[in-house]
Amino acid sequence: MPEKPKIAFYWCASCGGCEESVVDLAEDILMVVENVDIVFWPVAMDFKKKDVEAMPDGSITACFLNGAIRTEEQEEMAHMLRRKAKILIAYGACAHLGGIPALANQFSKEHVMEWAYDKCPTVTNPSRTRPQTSYKDNGRTATLPAFRNVVRALDQVVDVDYYIPGCAPTPALLKGAVVALLSGKLPPKGTTLAPDIALCDECPRKASKPTDVGYPEFKRPHLARIDPNLCMLAQGFVCMGPATRGGCGALCINGNMPCTGCFGPTSRVRDQGAKILSSICSSVAPKDEAGIDAVLEGIPDPVGTFYRYGLAHCLLRRKVSLNDSAEVAAK
Amino acid sequence: MPETFEPRIVAFFCNWCTYTAADLAGVSRMRYAPNVRIIRLMCSGRVDPQFILEAFARGADGVLIGGCHPNDCHYIEGNYKCLRRFRLLRRMLDDMGVEEKRCRLEWISASEGDKVKKVINEMVEQVRALGPLDLPGRFRDWDKEVAALEHAAPGASEPCDAHAHAHKEEATHA
Repeated sequence: MPEKPKIAFYWCASCGGCEESVVDLAEDILMVVENVDIVFWPVAMDFKKKDVEAMPDGSITACFLNGAIRTEEQEEMAHMLRRKAKILIAYGACAHLGGIPALANQFSKEHVMEWAYDKCPTVTNPSRTRPQTSYKDNGRTATLPAFRNVVRALDQVVDVDYYIPGCAPTPALLKGAVVALLSGKLPPKGTTLAPDIALCDECPRKASKPTDVGYPEFKRPHLARIDPNLCMLAQGFVCMGPATRGGCGALCINGNMPCTGCFGPTSRVRDQGAKILSSICSSVAPKDEAGIDAVLEGIPDPVGTFYRYGLAHCLLRRKVSLNDSAEVAAK
Repeated sequence: MPETFEPRIVAFFCNWCTYTAADLAGVSRMRYAPNVRIIRLMCSGRVDPQFILEAFARGADGVLIGGCHPNDCHYIEGNYKCLRRFRLLRRMLDDMGVEEKRCRLEWISASEGDKVKKVINEMVEQVRALGPLDLPGRFRDWDKEVAALEHAAPGASEPCDAHAHAHKEEATHA
């Protein structure tokens, strides 16, 4: 019997939801376990870094890596798994586009540290202790990985073969990818393994999407009642559907919430946030500056709304005025 | 950076009004600052916000958009669409640290060659005062903290270049 393909799962800056989506395969996970050998999966199985190090380069058939890259250790693991795996798959929104962690690209490292270890109201830290990369105690040295200035998507650190989008990806997408791997019928390198068409195409409310909206105001989903049958845009809610790749089966819409864009853009769009901004703003009703601004006040945080899962892959990548070297020099 | 900073400004002008006005400025032999690269589009409504972000990402210090006056658009509504996008895009650019004066929208009709001259000269001076934006340089600086990509990945917004390797050591400090 030929050797089974070897599969690895790894997590970087992520919440664990992507790991959950693997378990969500339910009975189908038996099909996976039957056909592949899982050689590394820190969240569920007892393999260590040294076990992976000992494997020959290219010996893992495919590695599904989730999470953004923020620390030195995550970067090192990404490079190592790139070497060990024939196929490296960016799994989930954080590895694909930066995800929620990449929203930190609006703030400097110092700001993040200051908030997390000092200013946050729920933190009690009178000595203002901060994590150090190395600390000596009783002649022994404890170390922590360095924290980078910038949050990166996986392909901004290593070469990536395929992308599986979503926060988290649906089990159907993972199953599709595993079946494609097992059958050897893989699309061209760089493909995102999901339909290449906007979410509106599979939206159950598609028929009620007006051709010309003309927003008199924008409503926020937690402050208004949402009609469960009518297009979100027609009701004045910001829905990322027109600029977001489909393939999730309109999960959020079916839960009566607008799309927040976790699948990222289709292949024809360079910058998801700029594209949805373009689409939504062009349909604002007023024609004068004051009237337009009044309507647009309904979108108080355009960066957090339009780049919720994709700030690392925004064309600007990060708040451009953050000065990291000045920050280091000031210390 | 060179000692004398010359701003690079990308201008998107609509075919029917502002581009014609720039033509008029030219045939009238008006002199204006040579820092502007004009790209002609059919309408200011064709200015996709992606174009503006891409111009900045590729090294523009400022972006100027010129369209027909309100009620004068050749396509009836295009300049209004442009204005609406511009109002939110400029707020978003500000949130991302790009100063408001780096992105400007002006209505310039086909007969206003002198306004082309005035707006361009004014904007060049304003951007000169702000200094270089130099996003390609900033991207390189940011990527000094990581090792170079093993292969440049398609879709990576700015691949790390070779000298990122040289800085790997200094990047290991927290």
